[in-house]
Amino acid sequence: MNYTADEMMTVAAARRLRNGAVCFVGIGLPSAAANLARLTHAPDVVLIYESGTIGTRPDALPLSIGDGELAERADSIVSMPEVFRYYLQAGRVDVGFLGAAQIDRHGNLNSTFVGGSYGQPRTRLPGAGGAPEIAACARETLIVLKQEPRTFVERLDFMSSGGYFGGGSSREASGATGLGPTAVITDLGILTPDPVSRELTLSALHPGVSVATAVARTGWPLRLAATIITTPAPQEHELRALRALMERTRAAHGATMN
Amino acid sequence: MGARRMTLREAVAAFVHDGDTVALEGFTHLIPFAAGHEIIRQRRRELTLVRMTPDIVYDQMIGMGCARKLVFSWGGNPGVGSLHRLRGAVEQGWPAALQLEEYTHAALAAMYQAGASGLPFAMLRGFIGNDLPSVNDRIRTVACPFTGETLAAVPALRPDVTIVHAQKADRHGNVWIEGIVGAQKEAALAARRVIVTVEQFVDELRAPMNAVVLPHWVLAAVCEVPGGAYPSYAQGYYRRDNGFYLGWDAIARDPQRFLAWMQRHVLEADDFAQTLALLGRAPSQVPA
Repeated sequence: MNYTADEMMTVAAARRLRNGAVCFVGIGLPSAAANLARLTHAPDVVLIYESGTIGTRPDALPLSIGDGELAERADSIVSMPEVFRYYLQAGRVDVGFLGAAQIDRHGNLNSTFVGGSYGQPRTRLPGAGGAPEIAACARETLIVLKQEPRTFVERLDFMSSGGYFGGGSSREASGATGLGPTAVITDLGILTPDPVSRELTLSALHPGVSVATAVARTGWPLRLAATIITTPAPQEHELRALRALMERTRAAHGATMN
Repeated sequence: MGARRMTLREAVAAFVHDGDTVALEGFTHLIPFAAGHEIIRQRRRELTLVRMTPDIVYDQMIGMGCARKLVFSWGGNPGVGSLHRLRGAVEQGWPAALQLEEYTHAALAAMYQAGASGLPFAMLRGFIGNDLPSVNDRIRTVACPFTGETLAAVPALRPDVTIVHAQKADRHGNVWIEGIVGAQKEAALAARRVIVTVEQFVDELRAPMNAVVLPHWVLAAVCEVPGGAYPSYAQGYYRRDNGFYLGWDAIARDPQRFLAWMQRHVLEADDFAQTLALLGRAPSQVPA
């Protein structure tokens, strides 16, 4: 079956989520990947959205993080203080699944503003919401976003959520309780942290993508892993599940969603 | 003491004043749009608006010049993109400059909890790897007296007025809320005055034992406003109108189009029932 780069990205991200994991899900690409995992190899994954819906199994992807669909299909609905204090801060979350507007070579994220200063931003973004504490407290984080020079930047305009901070052991020194980002899944491949420097290195490419393309679409000098594997192409059952999910989502919202 | 039944117009006139700190809570669900519109119609000014997610309701209030300051933790149109009137105020100072006091969700929820608890501040393991403390001097640290661990400290929130929307209230004003509850209970109990709008007054709630989350005597006023959370939703009554959220992007992007929309649907409407009628959404027709 033919597939798009976006489909490859979502499938590759979904595969990183192991069955049975407790996963705190961001809206957008992470939500698509986490639900695809649930509908394919990980039926027992526990999805938590920051609206306090725990163990939810939406039939279509929610537009907002608190659509009624998430509540109706949840095992439990808890308040905001509970979901952040009792579940996330207390260490009950295995995986945080995040996106962002900008990422740097150490997996730190910006979702606050781009250009100018905090007080006089060129483009004010929505802000961090639940992400900073998810990035700090989830046992590990997975990050999914498209790879473009304006997104993969040499220097963040603002640090909203911590990855490996300045690299090396600086995350451990920060007081963050989780391990940090274990993979960044893009439309081109997968970046994983070097075990010592903690710099994101290209360790997988999706079929048909060249190293040169990945380097060109990264705003810092991209390091390459000693061995770069090729991601297995999406299988038919993965694509069917993803397309059916997106079709249900389009029907549910009456408008297009990417 | 006790909740007085009144119209929303009366409640806003009595309890929301210029310069107040006002929290309209409800996390995606049960957003008190009717109350926001009434505040706009009554031309309240210089408000400090508090909400975890400003959403379209604060985009409208900011664009109509009600606010001088925003306390928040995520300011987007969920699943759609920007709140353009919020951005207009921050990036261009239109219609007026807007001061930001920005936190994270975990922190703001804890700040309501501290306010509701009568404590001066909240602590959390927060803002690790986050630059907000460099632009918000109300985010500080405290050392645990037992372990020495450094924790983030944020001030308690004590709104002058909190307004929430709920499904039902009984004849005394006891309030039933179900579904996604966000930080509504904490925001209400943190406030000096609480206004609750409900879908429906009923004689007796006959609620499951834990579904009455606000007893009547903590409220200042309770108002029946069917459809009062539209275009957000009320579980069991009507669904979120995701099409409205998608369509708002184009309306809010253009300040003149925004003003015309607000003039026609809010300022020229007598009340929220008329707004819903203008939008072709009589409350009884909003599908559950």
